[in-house]
Amino acid sequence: MAEELTNLLISEHHPMDSLLRQDRLPHIWCSGCGLGTVLTCFVSALQKLELDLNKVVIVSGIGCTGRAAGYLNLDGFHTTHGRAIPFATGLKLGNPELKVVVISGDGDLMAIGGNHFIHAARRNMDLTVLCVNNFNYGMTSGQVGPTTPTDARTSTSPYGNAEHPFNVPYLAAATGATYVARWTALHVRRLERSLIEAMNKRGFSLVEVISPCPTYYGRWNKMGDALEQMKQYHDHSIIRHRTDPAEADISLGGEIIVGRFVDEDKPTFCDLQREAVQ
Amino acid sequence: MNDNGILQGDFFIDGDTACAEAAICAGCRFFGGYPITPATEIAERMARRLPQVGGTYIQMEDEIASIAAVLGASWAGQRAMTATSGPGFSLMMENLGLGIITETPCVLVNVQRAGPSTGMPTLAGQGDMMQARWGSHGPYEIIALAPSSPQELFDLTIRAFNLAERYRTPVLVMTDEAVGHMTERVVIPPSEEIKHYPRRKPQVPPSDGYLPYNPDPDGVPPMACAGEGYRIHVTGLTHNEKGYPATVSVETQRKLVERLIRKIRDNRDDIVELHEDQVQGADVVVVAYGISARTAARPVRVAREMGLKVGLLKLVTVWPFAENRIQELASQVKAFVVPEINMGQIALEVERCAGGKAQTILVPHAGGGLHDPDDVLEAIMRVSRWNREPETQNSKPET
Amino acid sequence: MKLWRKPLDQDRVVVPHGEIHLILERCKGCQLCVTYCPRSVLEMSNLFNAKGYHPPQVGFPGRCVACGLCAMLCPEFAIYVVEV
Repeated sequence: MAEELTNLLISEHHPMDSLLRQDRLPHIWCSGCGLGTVLTCFVSALQKLELDLNKVVIVSGIGCTGRAAGYLNLDGFHTTHGRAIPFATGLKLGNPELKVVVISGDGDLMAIGGNHFIHAARRNMDLTVLCVNNFNYGMTSGQVGPTTPTDARTSTSPYGNAEHPFNVPYLAAATGATYVARWTALHVRRLERSLIEAMNKRGFSLVEVISPCPTYYGRWNKMGDALEQMKQYHDHSIIRHRTDPAEADISLGGEIIVGRFVDEDKPTFCDLQREAVQ
Repeated sequence: MNDNGILQGDFFIDGDTACAEAAICAGCRFFGGYPITPATEIAERMARRLPQVGGTYIQMEDEIASIAAVLGASWAGQRAMTATSGPGFSLMMENLGLGIITETPCVLVNVQRAGPSTGMPTLAGQGDMMQARWGSHGPYEIIALAPSSPQELFDLTIRAFNLAERYRTPVLVMTDEAVGHMTERVVIPPSEEIKHYPRRKPQVPPSDGYLPYNPDPDGVPPMACAGEGYRIHVTGLTHNEKGYPATVSVETQRKLVERLIRKIRDNRDDIVELHEDQVQGADVVVVAYGISARTAARPVRVAREMGLKVGLLKLVTVWPFAENRIQELASQVKAFVVPEINMGQIALEVERCAGGKAQTILVPHAGGGLHDPDDVLEAIMRVSRWNREPETQNSKPET
Repeated sequence: MKLWRKPLDQDRVVVPHGEIHLILERCKGCQLCVTYCPRSVLEMSNLFNAKGYHPPQVGFPGRCVACGLCAMLCPEFAIYVVEV
């Protein structure tokens, strides 16, 4: 059948394969899920960064995004729900040579792991956190979460969400993150650049990616198929660098302010600890 | 203090401090903790001492984060520990399970206080012994040691680090408030006399064919750490030898769980440490651990002075349980007397192993103090009397 | 390409051309590559891969300028472009 596809060359390998655990592909993510695209951007950023890949460690929590660590051909840790950041903290302090990146979802990082998130930001722990926000718990089939917009429907908010959501960049900035950016999964080039900047940052850096969950969140909220949902997020987004993240709330069907909100320098936990002890 | 910052000599220190110093002697260079009575002194000592030996102390936001950070530090190549008490121990149960399934060497000290819940923060208890065994969900085997003096807390903390590396598993030091806060002479031997079991490293260079969970013949896989080029994948999901999730493979689950259990159960002879005092030929054996083994010494002596044949069996290793020895003794003795500062936990294990061949008499204590030696003596005398007058065995014990 | 004015360096700039590669069995038919190709090079095929998804095919091979956006958008590491 393959030869019937017109003008395509059929290959066995992809240029990013060396950074992937090919024996685990295809991944578990649904067709049209933004996670695969985010992972591609991450791999692309890694290829452009001049890092010793043997020293790059990925730590994930639990959930759809939590599976990211398992697809990258790097040292990867798939920890317990919400505990990726404290586990990553131990890794970084145990061996400061490591470049530790946490890739996890909004439910994992903001609900069950919310306390760890704010404290790692407060300490300015030298970690990069990539938070993929799909506004619901996808792995358990679409329940309401800490970032679900007010009024949005999910399987556990069937009458509409009665809670106010977290504004992730605002939370990160308020608690001390030194680099904060937000993009949608369709802003691939900008996302890649932000990931490069975040990983080059000494200190706690956060990149939030708004990503479609066509299977659950999109369906509950009548957002059409994966493509339409992806397009809607992109169309509703407004790039406003350096904007006050307090103004970057996300409402159901409303605009999504994206961009690089915070980029500053301050001493990390390790810097201050070293200074204090000497 | 030696040039390398490690203590040596005779000291008059409390159990918690001895525990911290032992960790440093054992090569521990990472402590992640959260203050909690009566374990706080361990964190305080580590906060002061670790920077002096090139280690890192971090006070985490809670006990969940503390043990998560300890696991992370272990995977970064460090010997790492945390210390807590009941409420914090409860919070650590989740990631204790992660440590077990990912086979992460580390040490967790529980300075037990009286519970349940917040209970009596400043007073002793031994109510977490079954939680130590079964507190995290799922089937597993655990190693738990129970010291009964500051010196023993020192010695067993070092042993805990070595067992953790030897069997690649979290090891629990189940001490209690009385031992933690007791100030006594503690001898810290010269560094060169302290045994270190080094981390077992892979014998092959990084390659595609490397299997991070392929065990040595004794069931323990060598451990490649983060940053060593092996590109390991470590997950709390059921995983195969490659470390990859196999969440619907019943066969992989069976193999993994059986290995995790057998690597400890099959090595009980190495792990289980017992101190026996006149157990051979005794009619009654007092089975005790931790501070209760110490309070039991006096009633045992008094009973012997009264002419009773009483032995004292101290469980230095509580988990895995000394099944074989208790079974053996059950056919030789008339009864076991088990004093513990809870309402009956290890007594259940003793009773199970005795298998009806000998009586098991619990001497409970609800917590907040130590046993009155007379309560233990009374139990010894009561069962000794049964032996001489068998017809009274079924009658209600006098009060 | 239609231009409203002739760039000064038009003679010197060579517009690159790309050749599109597909790893057929990784494709989940999400259509991101087809939808967002800035030069509308790709189209959906009517065929199925082994998993039952429709993979894309190249409708207008001459248009590809090897920008690589399809590869960046592809969630499956299934498509990439080689500049020729």
